[in-house]
This record gives sequence, structure tokens and C-alpha cells, in this order.
Amino acid sequence: MQKYSVFSLIKNALKGHKDWEVAWRNPTPKAEYDVIIIGGGGHGLATAYYLAKEHNITNVAIVEKGWIGGGNVGRNTTILRSNYMHDQNGLFYEKGMDLWKSMSQDLNFNVMYSPRGIINLAHSDAQMNAYSRRGNSMRLNGIDAVLLGREEVQKIVPMLDFSENVRFPIFGALMQPSGGTARHDAVAWGYARQADSMGVDIIQHCEVTGFDVVNGKIKGIKTSKGDIKAKKVGLCVAGSTSVLAEMLNMTLPIETHLLQACVSEPIKPILDHVVTFGAGHFYCSQSDKGEMVMGGDLDGYNSYAQRGNLPTLQHVLTEGIAMFPFLSKLKMLRTWGGIMDMSMDGSPIIDKTHIEGLYLNCGWCYGGFKATPVSGWTFAHTIAQDRVHELNAGYNLNRFSTGHLIDEKGLGTKTWIS
Amino acid sequence: MLHIKCPYCGTRSQNEFAYGGDATIKRPELNKEVSDKEWDTFVYFRKSPRGKHLEFWHHISGCRQWFKVQRDTTTHEIFKTLKPNEDI
Repeated sequence: MQKYSVFSLIKNALKGHKDWEVAWRNPTPKAEYDVIIIGGGGHGLATAYYLAKEHNITNVAIVEKGWIGGGNVGRNTTILRSNYMHDQNGLFYEKGMDLWKSMSQDLNFNVMYSPRGIINLAHSDAQMNAYSRRGNSMRLNGIDAVLLGREEVQKIVPMLDFSENVRFPIFGALMQPSGGTARHDAVAWGYARQADSMGVDIIQHCEVTGFDVVNGKIKGIKTSKGDIKAKKVGLCVAGSTSVLAEMLNMTLPIETHLLQACVSEPIKPILDHVVTFGAGHFYCSQSDKGEMVMGGDLDGYNSYAQRGNLPTLQHVLTEGIAMFPFLSKLKMLRTWGGIMDMSMDGSPIIDKTHIEGLYLNCGWCYGGFKATPVSGWTFAHTIAQDRVHELNAGYNLNRFSTGHLIDEKGLGTKTWIS
Repeated sequence: MLHIKCPYCGTRSQNEFAYGGDATIKRPELNKEVSDKEWDTFVYFRKSPRGKHLEFWHHISGCRQWFKVQRDTTTHEIFKTLKPNEDI
């Protein structure tokens, strides 16, 4: 594989950029693989990469209905964080934060990792108390957390609305300084390029139409490009998990919902952190191109539409303007939607299933992007070793039966509860 | 913007309604032994189909009645609305 560096850039520039290799091949599927990953999104690509890198399993195919980077990995708001209170979540996502730190070097691809800090605003004394508890829990798990008073927040993010007569005055905030953003497309392309170089076949425009299960054991999959045999199959299709589960006669504790995001026209640098509203669901950061990147609530009803509805966008941006009044002066550049697996406790599922050789990775709710590396890392371990890693042991499928829910926010599909 | 026909008030904009989820879920019978599995299925497990979905809506800023809607989850086309005691 061609190494990307400043020297290769200069060398290729002098030759008129005619000698760049393709970043990944476009192979025809083989008859059989050791592992097939269904879904060429961030999590699927990361899983294939770690299967090859950590477990030396390279006879792997990624089967993707559309094109890689076209699903949720290209539709998110690029936020990285591990500011969770529960041990299962905190330790899992913090492992992810470690992987983010070295990702550009590991993948030889600049993912524009930017640990600019994430600030969760608090709007009441009670919320400050809750945040100090969450911050302490984070610090006990080795995650950086700082509780900020009103004046400290004003120093860091002066353009927030600090006037006295607002409905939700800013009391302070909880900040995770190591939180931040990364370029989402680069993450998909970086994993794809490395996985491909280690022998993983990335098969795009190939839809899964069925499964071959014999005596409770997976034997292969049926696709629009023919049947492919496999010893193991991993499902990594956030948003469409229930559709594939139906082909397997499985019912899961998830619903598919639509989440929107939007960006404003580009403006000069004004916001160098990720900031979230504490009295509703709105978050905002500024991209390197200068666009304000914003998102918030689900549309609220089951949807596979991949495009959103205006009432929710209006609701979310109303919160945004309450937080940053200057946003009202900006023109909207783009809005889009992606479909999410909303799990019933708001936490993901990475587990084996009752079918031997079939593994499940789903239920990422609002926050799949930040988990991309650690989801792939733990899912690859679960598939390769046929047992869960201690980091994802809590994300099992039977927690809904045993009562060991991981209800960090206490809401899953039912957003109106908050 | 969805336009939903409340069986009591007629067609109104989505802003007047709140969503109530899958309407095909049946609570296990009262006064009967309920297995853990039956209870889990009732509380947590959903088919979440792509296509026709029968769901509850609440006319929360109107007559405050609950009713059922049959809607396509991909196109958002609404085929039918029913009173809660009616079946499709």
C-alpha cells in the first residue's frame, strides 16, 4: 500500500498527481469467507480492520448495500466524548477515546482529530448537582471532567446568552476537555483503506436478501450478487437492523427512528468547543470550513425515511437560538437525516446471538460515531474469540430480560419522557 | 409536516399530536401467570417494520384522545386512522 506523507504528496504533485493508487479495490465476492460483516459503515469497517490487525483474520468481506461512507458515518455531527456516569459506558467509551488519539497514525490517514473539549451547560442548581455527580463518576473511571461556574463558562464561550432575563439562565457546565470532533468521512475512508490493504474485500452495492441458517448455525448469506458462504457473520447495520432481524425471525429491543442534523453557512471562527444545551436537546460545534454543525432530537416516530420533517428541526433550532442568539442571523446551508437503532434503554448491543456464528452490533441511538473505533475493536474480539470482551460484556442482549439495563439517560425510543 | 386525521376532530397538522408507539403490542392477560419472556416481549421487544406500521397517536393539543394510525415508515403515507377499540 502506498504510504501517505508529505513526501508522497510532493512526489505525486511533481508528477501531476497521475500515480496515486486507488485507496481500496472493488472486488467480486469470493465463494466463501471466514467472516462476513454486513454493513460498510464506520463500525463495520472498523470491525474488519481490527479483525485483520488484532486477530489475524483477513479472509473477511464487508457487504454494503450502498457505498461506504454513505450511511450514518457520513451523516453524524462528528462528536467524540466519553462523559458517561455508568461504569459500563464510561470505561467502554474511554477506551474509544484512547483509540481516537492514535487513529491518524494507525490508519496513516488524517482523521482531523480535534480534542477541543465538550461543554454540557447546566441551567439550574439541581442540574449543577447532577453534573458534579456525573463528573465525579467520570473521574473515578479515569475520564477527565471539570465543573465550570457561570463566569468560567462565560470566559470560554462568551457568545452564549448570559443575559439575566432568559428562560434558562446558565448556571455553569460540565466539561470534558478531551472530548471533541473528528472528520467522519476520513474515519470511514481510513479504515476502508487499511482493511483493504490487509486483504479485506469491500463489496459495495450488494444487498443482503437472506440468510442460510442450518440447525441453528449460520452457513452463509444470500445477496443481490449471489450466495456467499461464511463461517461467521456480523451484523453492523445501524438503522436497518430490524429489517435484517426479520429475515432471521428475530425480534429485537430496538426501533428505527430518524435523527436530523444541519449546518449553517460558513462563518469566521467563533466557537472552538462542542457545546450542548442543558434544558433540551441541542448541540453545536463549528467545522473547520466554518459551518455551525447542529443537531438535537429525534423526529419522534418510527421512520426509515432518511430524511427529516420540519417541525422537529424548528424545535431544535429554537433551542439553539435560545443558547446562541447569533444563530438566528445565519442562513441554513444543508439539513439531512439518518436512521438510528433506538434501543429501549438508550445503550447499544454488542453480543452473540442464539444462532451460532451470528453476531450482533446495533442499538447505537444518538451516539454511534464516537464509538466507531471501540465498537469495531470489541466487536472484532467478540467475533474472533466467540466471546464478549469485558468492555462490551454489559452490552448484552439478555439484559432486557435480566433487568441489568444501562439506562444512562433513562430514555430510549421514548424521547417524550425527558 | 404530517397531516393526521384524528377520528374525532378531522385532519390536523402533526404539531397537535404526540406519538405513542407500536399499537399491535398486547399486554399479557390480567390475573394470569405471566412468564418473564412474555413480559420482556411486551415491554421491550418491537418488530419495527419498514413499511406499514400500526401505531398509537395522541391528539394532545386537541381533543386529547388516543387513536391508531396505519402509516408507512418509509414514505410516511397514512393509509387509515382508527379509534383505539377498532381493528384494521
